[in-house]
Amino acid sequence: MRKLLLTTLFAGSAVGLSGCGEEKSAGVEPKVMTDALFAVMKADRTNYTKLIVKRLGPKGADVITPVEHWQDVDTGAPLPAQMFRAGSEAVAEMTDSFTYSLQSLWPINKQNAPKTEIEKAGLEYIAANPGENYYGEEKLGDTTYFTAVYPDVAVSDACTSCHNEHKDTPKTDFKVGEVMGGVVVRVPI
Amino acid sequence: MKKFLWIAWALVTIGIGVYYLNIVFFEETKEELLIGHSTYGHYQIELACTSCHTEPFGGKDILQDACLNCHEEELKLALDSHPKKKFNDPRNADLLEIIDARYCISCHTEHQHEQTLAMGLTVPSDYCFHCHVDIGEERESHQDLAFDSCADAGCHNFHDNRALYEAFLVKNANQPWLNEIAKISSANNAKQYARPSHPIFDISHPEIASAHPDISSDWQASAHATAGVSCVGCHNNKEDSTWIDRPGLSECQSCHRDEVEGFTSGKHGMRLAGTINGTTVLPAITPNDSHLTFQQSALSIEHGCNTCHAAHNYDRKFAATDSCLNCHADEHSLAFTDSPHGSLWQKELAGEIPAGTGVSCATCHLPSIEQDKNGTKIVRVEHNQNMNLRPNEKMVRPVCMQCHGLAFSIDALADENLIKNNFNGTPSVHVPSIDWALKRENR
Ligand code: HEC
Repeated sequence: MRKLLLTTLFAGSAVGLSGCGEEKSAGVEPKVMTDALFAVMKADRTNYTKLIVKRLGPKGADVITPVEHWQDVDTGAPLPAQMFRAGSEAVAEMTDSFTYSLQSLWPINKQNAPKTEIEKAGLEYIAANPGENYYGEEKLGDTTYFTAVYPDVAVSDACTSCHNEHKDTPKTDFKVGEVMGGVVVRVPI
Repeated sequence: MKKFLWIAWALVTIGIGVYYLNIVFFEETKEELLIGHSTYGHYQIELACTSCHTEPFGGKDILQDACLNCHEEELKLALDSHPKKKFNDPRNADLLEIIDARYCISCHTEHQHEQTLAMGLTVPSDYCFHCHVDIGEERESHQDLAFDSCADAGCHNFHDNRALYEAFLVKNANQPWLNEIAKISSANNAKQYARPSHPIFDISHPEIASAHPDISSDWQASAHATAGVSCVGCHNNKEDSTWIDRPGLSECQSCHRDEVEGFTSGKHGMRLAGTINGTTVLPAITPNDSHLTFQQSALSIEHGCNTCHAAHNYDRKFAATDSCLNCHADEHSLAFTDSPHGSLWQKELAGEIPAGTGVSCATCHLPSIEQDKNGTKIVRVEHNQNMNLRPNEKMVRPVCMQCHGLAFSIDALADENLIKNNFNGTPSVHVPSIDWALKRENR
């Protein structure tokens, strides 16, 4: 009985070990990884806009002021795009296994316009094909990246009204449910 | 013969090697290793190599840490518009090949004195252009502007835009040139750090008063007397209770912590920072060491606390202007007394206007900063003069706007002649940034 138990344990741990090894060598598919990351980003981004900006901002309880120079205003809160970027910058300080940014073909901040070929192609694709994502590979500097582009959709009228009324926006007729831009996630391969 | 030459060569080589190794590892000062003089910001500490080169074979990252070690806090306070983290995303890789904006030394290269421009800048002044080249197409107002004029027209700054960003311009547009004159409070922060019970030493004791009549009468008129800090408060060694003849930075620091910190971070006291924190000990700065214009009589005065705050009266009014003018003799300083600010200061000294409403040198360059600490108003004096010097736009909010409107402040600071004559007149320069911002706002 004891022998059986030991053998089972041994076999079990061997399977476990080889399982670990296998998983490591194959790795997570970049696409699976970026899809999962995007899910977290999207959830947080939507929640920040709906639960904080919309609820507590000028269109709600009016106790916070989402403004670009939020540090300079007592009740200032980062804009959803700045909150998103703050996340991406904080991530970059913790890991270089992926990076992400928020971009658009109709950017308020021109630094958020697409720069690389893949960014351009990706943003155009997701705007023309609502509900779909775009995947590709590109070489930046001396690193090759798996680059995924996901639609950033106007989830609330907080998104559309702020953008449509902003003095720097090149597009003034965004509607709720439309693609306003894209989240670009990169994994070095 | 050949053999002899070889031996001589070997000896000379070894000799040179030993000479430099000795400097690298054992000599206190390493002047021979200086590859070129440093900027006006750092020349004072250029012989304390290890303040920046913390490791002998450190690369970029070691130097970056050294920059941040002294300047990080300041950049944070300035809400730095271009922090390193903005450039980490690989989508910027091609731009970083032109200027690697993640590292301070990409623009502020040291030991290149001949090619160093204002603000310690060593890159060509087109650094904005590479990323913001589209701005001309996007903004009508910017169409015909020179590609290298962004930062020197009084409109933008690479790091500190607190007084220049568009929403701030709009919010503070249409202010009169002079707002209500601020009433500047005196510092009250030392008591936070002072030991609760100071050894009381009765200086009015007839024996002491008669032994040191000048000292005791000076002291009696000072803020130290009011606060109950007597002789032993400064002259007593805290560790072994022995008498200190000449109390210095460390004694002052025990109560005036904020001020000593500012002083040793700025140009007046940076040489002494090492004395305080136990690293390289350098001699105090004297006007002789500097490139600025000073009074001949002052050239060898060493800069410590007592240089401006003479013991034992510690007259703050004297420290706020007379002390400065004792040494500084450039055009701007010499023009102070006859300037509008200078005459207000004379009036305050004469008691003709309320205390705190005159304008001394210190009002603008070593200003009193009010802070709210757990509900109490704490006022400290910013002794790091760099915080309010250059680029001069960084004076707009903490200093100029205490009394003046934004537009006037921006224009005045952009007018070099007006700065030289110490603001005796009205600005002859107009920076259109507020006008342009309003135009866009009202579109
Ligand atoms: C209160 C105003 C405001 C709200 C609300 C807002 N945005 Fe933005 N958004 C901005 C500003 C301003 C920027 C540019 C920020 C920057 O990069 O400095 C921006 C940037 C973006 C960008 C990047 C491209 C660009 O325009 O620069 C996208 C995409 C975007 N927002 C989508 C959204 C979506 C989707 C929502 C709702 C979930 C939303 N925004 C809510 C003001 C707002």
